[in-house]
Amino acid sequence: MAAVTPEVLTSTHVEKMKKKKLPKRYWEETEKTDQSQRRPEEEQGKAGQNQNKSTVKEKSLKRKNGESLEKKDPFPGEAPIPQKQLQKFQRGKKCKVPAGARERLKEAIAISEAMSEHAQKQAARYDLLLPEDAGFLEGDEDEDTNTISQADIADAVDITSGSKYFNLHLSQFGPYRLDYSRTGRNLLVGGKKGHVACIDWQTKDLKCEMNVMETVNDVKWLHTEAMFAVAQKRWLYIYDSKGVELHCVKKFNDVLRMQFLPYHFLLATASATGFLQYLDVSIGKEVAAICTKMGRLDVMAQNPHNAVIHLGHPNGTVSLWSPNQKESLVKMLCHRGAVRSLAVDKTGTYMVTSGLDRKLKVYDIRAFKPLHSCFLPAGASCLSLSQRGLLSAATGEIVQVYQNVLGSNPVSKPYMAHRLRGQIWGLAYCPFEDVLGIGHGEGFTSMIVPGAGEPNFDALDTNPYRSHKQRQEWEVKALLEKVQPELIGLDPGQLSKVDQASFEQRHKEQIEALGFDPLAKDKFKPKTKKKGRSSAGAIEKRKRKVAHEDQRDEIRQSVQERTEREKELKEKSNEKKLGNKSTLDRFRK
Amino acid sequence: MKVKVLCRNPDDYVRETTRDIQRVPRNYDPTLHPFEVPREYTRALNATKLERVFAKPFVASLDGHRDGISCITKHAKSLSTIISGACDGEVKVWNLPRQECLRTVQAHEGFVRGICSRFCGTSFFTVGDDKTIKQWNWEAPGYGVREEPINTILGKAVFTGIDHHQREGTFVTCGQTVDIWDEQRSSPIRSFSWGVDSFSCVRYNPVETELLASCASDRSVVLYDTRESAPLRKVLPFMTNEITLCFSLYTYDIRHLDVPVTVHMDHVSAVLDVDYSPTGREFVSASFDKTIRIFPKDKGHSREVYHTKRMQHVICVRWSADNKYVLSGSDEMNIRLWKANASEKLGLLSAREKAATHYNKKLIEKFQHHPQVRRIARHRHLPGDILKQKRELREMREARRRKEQNVRKHSKPGSVPLLTEKEKHVVAVVE
Repeated sequence: MAAVTPEVLTSTHVEKMKKKKLPKRYWEETEKTDQSQRRPEEEQGKAGQNQNKSTVKEKSLKRKNGESLEKKDPFPGEAPIPQKQLQKFQRGKKCKVPAGARERLKEAIAISEAMSEHAQKQAARYDLLLPEDAGFLEGDEDEDTNTISQADIADAVDITSGSKYFNLHLSQFGPYRLDYSRTGRNLLVGGKKGHVACIDWQTKDLKCEMNVMETVNDVKWLHTEAMFAVAQKRWLYIYDSKGVELHCVKKFNDVLRMQFLPYHFLLATASATGFLQYLDVSIGKEVAAICTKMGRLDVMAQNPHNAVIHLGHPNGTVSLWSPNQKESLVKMLCHRGAVRSLAVDKTGTYMVTSGLDRKLKVYDIRAFKPLHSCFLPAGASCLSLSQRGLLSAATGEIVQVYQNVLGSNPVSKPYMAHRLRGQIWGLAYCPFEDVLGIGHGEGFTSMIVPGAGEPNFDALDTNPYRSHKQRQEWEVKALLEKVQPELIGLDPGQLSKVDQASFEQRHKEQIEALGFDPLAKDKFKPKTKKKGRSSAGAIEKRKRKVAHEDQRDEIRQSVQERTEREKELKEKSNEKKLGNKSTLDRFRK
Repeated sequence: MKVKVLCRNPDDYVRETTRDIQRVPRNYDPTLHPFEVPREYTRALNATKLERVFAKPFVASLDGHRDGISCITKHAKSLSTIISGACDGEVKVWNLPRQECLRTVQAHEGFVRGICSRFCGTSFFTVGDDKTIKQWNWEAPGYGVREEPINTILGKAVFTGIDHHQREGTFVTCGQTVDIWDEQRSSPIRSFSWGVDSFSCVRYNPVETELLASCASDRSVVLYDTRESAPLRKVLPFMTNEITLCFSLYTYDIRHLDVPVTVHMDHVSAVLDVDYSPTGREFVSASFDKTIRIFPKDKGHSREVYHTKRMQHVICVRWSADNKYVLSGSDEMNIRLWKANASEKLGLLSAREKAATHYNKKLIEKFQHHPQVRRIARHRHLPGDILKQKRELREMREARRRKEQNVRKHSKPGSVPLLTEKEKHVVAVVE
């Protein structure tokens, strides 16, 4: 033992340092007592006996002068994890053990909580191993970042990054809409006058180019770079990546905007006649056709967190739709004029809208509350949110990029700005790259926006560097895991929650069937004790004690509920006092 | 100005040569992986369906016996050998991997009532209708040598069962009385009886090796301790009409014999044999209704039911010592080998296969309460007459329950007590 041997070998001449006390092991106590007994008996030559006690490893780790070579850990215990990183991986709140729970339930909850915490810690630790860092742009002391031009940035960075700023001059075929594929490698551009092209924008490799000889309203990639959908003047067409027409879907007519839900393999289309239709691209069937009865559907966005479609209307409302209901899930009044554009962030918490009333508003979608609004000199016709929360707003020929929009603080000035020639028709961020694609009347521009893209991708989800074989495997797994459209709702995690309503229903049915309540608590029957302690008076006292405790619990619960209700009422009245008046106030009771 | 634009070096993300494996950088950020719960639910549904697709439990049938099989025993030390005794007195030793019979012995005239193997794995004992106990060698005799038992003991009455001690050289037989024998003696060293007509089965406790239990013909269970001179306890079952409707198994704790720990109900006819798995977490039961069922030790319903058109009344069943197989011996002279986990892949699994099986099992366990998953996982095909019998029994039980409810509704509250299934099977324990 390291703690014991120095006392034995006292004849050395080297001054021993004050050794840090090692943590006590469970076997050390017994051996220490043995040692203390033996010390007066034996002499220094008990190295042999001690060596019998200490492990072989410790024996070898001693220099001749007795100083231990064993390195001591200067940071004992587990490495600390910063709280913010842990929070990122937190899923849901801790489960509260219900009051009358049985032992088995308590054990099961404790075990699952422990495993959850362990998984959270391991995932948080893995964050250190992420290879890339996000980009940034910082101006000098007196320089504003929005005055820095794209050409300057392209000169300042390396060649590969500099080549990400480029212009495609396509002035013949009208303003362009664009879409980046999910991995960010391929870009699809569609001009209003019929020009459709798909290119690998990093190598500028042209995959296919054609003119469909009709008005093109929108273009969208499907789940891989093998197929894309074009909403043409009359019907919806699906093309191969080589430009071969695969399908002409006549059921989907007058489509104006499209959104693809990648995990459900659904293509949602909004038409000029007011229909919202869902097409399952893996089986080729129309899943739902909803008559929204809200006029021409021009503005569309999807919530990537729960696959709900957001539609903006000319009366200033935004409605939320799922394929399971004929009515909208939620209708919100957002602007005083028409809604021009919508964007939802990837966590599904914030929605940014811009309207004809020249306002840009940010809403909390989970609580349906407005957060803040800012004034734009001209309403933004296109909005796009990047993976890291940068908002780009296009008004006329100018694109402005804002930072830190999502959150409670209102934004004052843009992070970056760029002026183009030609009216902007489409805006999209490239996933996993610091690039913003702009489709306008004079063609296509790719703009460098440092800090826009998510630096570290998950190769099992979307891998921009995937090989042919990897893509095949991914496609098969994605199709097997395809989520059914019945599960689309405002809360995607609803399956993991206890279905309280149906439990209560079943409980009621059980009571009816059995004639009594199987979960009702039995009346307290006190045990008869021995040695004269179970007289009638004592039994009555015990019964009364239990009854009083039950009563106290009930009172406590009701008091709690009452205080909560009063708090809510107070909050409501405070809100009213603050004067958050809105046009809907006259409908409030 | 300070600027950094995200720029990835493809060399870090693409493999160097085709002989390398692909690089898979991960990021576990939950915002990059939306729809966790619905995707997991879809995977659980797929896993349940695949489990049903791959559920093919029948492995092999060993045939060769010329009469129905009355008992099977495992070898104490070898996983690949078993012995079976038939109703014509024949005893066969089988090699399971090759599914062939190694040796046949005409042990008795009349039924072979019981076989047990000695703990050392060198010999086994058989008892039969000819009132004899014979001890045989596990190894076959040499060429030209006649098949002879090492030892033969003649008794006064027919013996109906035999079991051997785990560590010592004693064994116990039951017939008209429960006798404890020493291998060296030819008369029992101790005899227990409790005024009962006869005993049908006797077993040693594998853990507390001095305890025994036996089943008597008056439907009671008697417990013994070999260190004492008289039996310990007798458990008398309550006889009510309800009991005749359920052909169920009861698990008792030896320390509290009055109420069963669990009542296992699923058979539609008499249960003839039971065996625990070596893990102790499940057991298999053979029934007169031509099925064998596997129950978890703490659940009231079976997790698995095995049946074949060719398998008639199952007389005996054993769970193999490696927890993978179940052997059933039935009336039509065949021993069948089944997988204990019907959808398990046999043989050596690669690491990825193992990981995938574990993941699928855990997914099914996590979502087992969701109605769609439960419906698929529970679904088992039953032969037509068993299904009909099940429905009939259910209707009869429903009728009795309704009657009891009506009686309770129209009598003074509290006069008709509410009894759980366990409490209905309360037994009387006599010391």
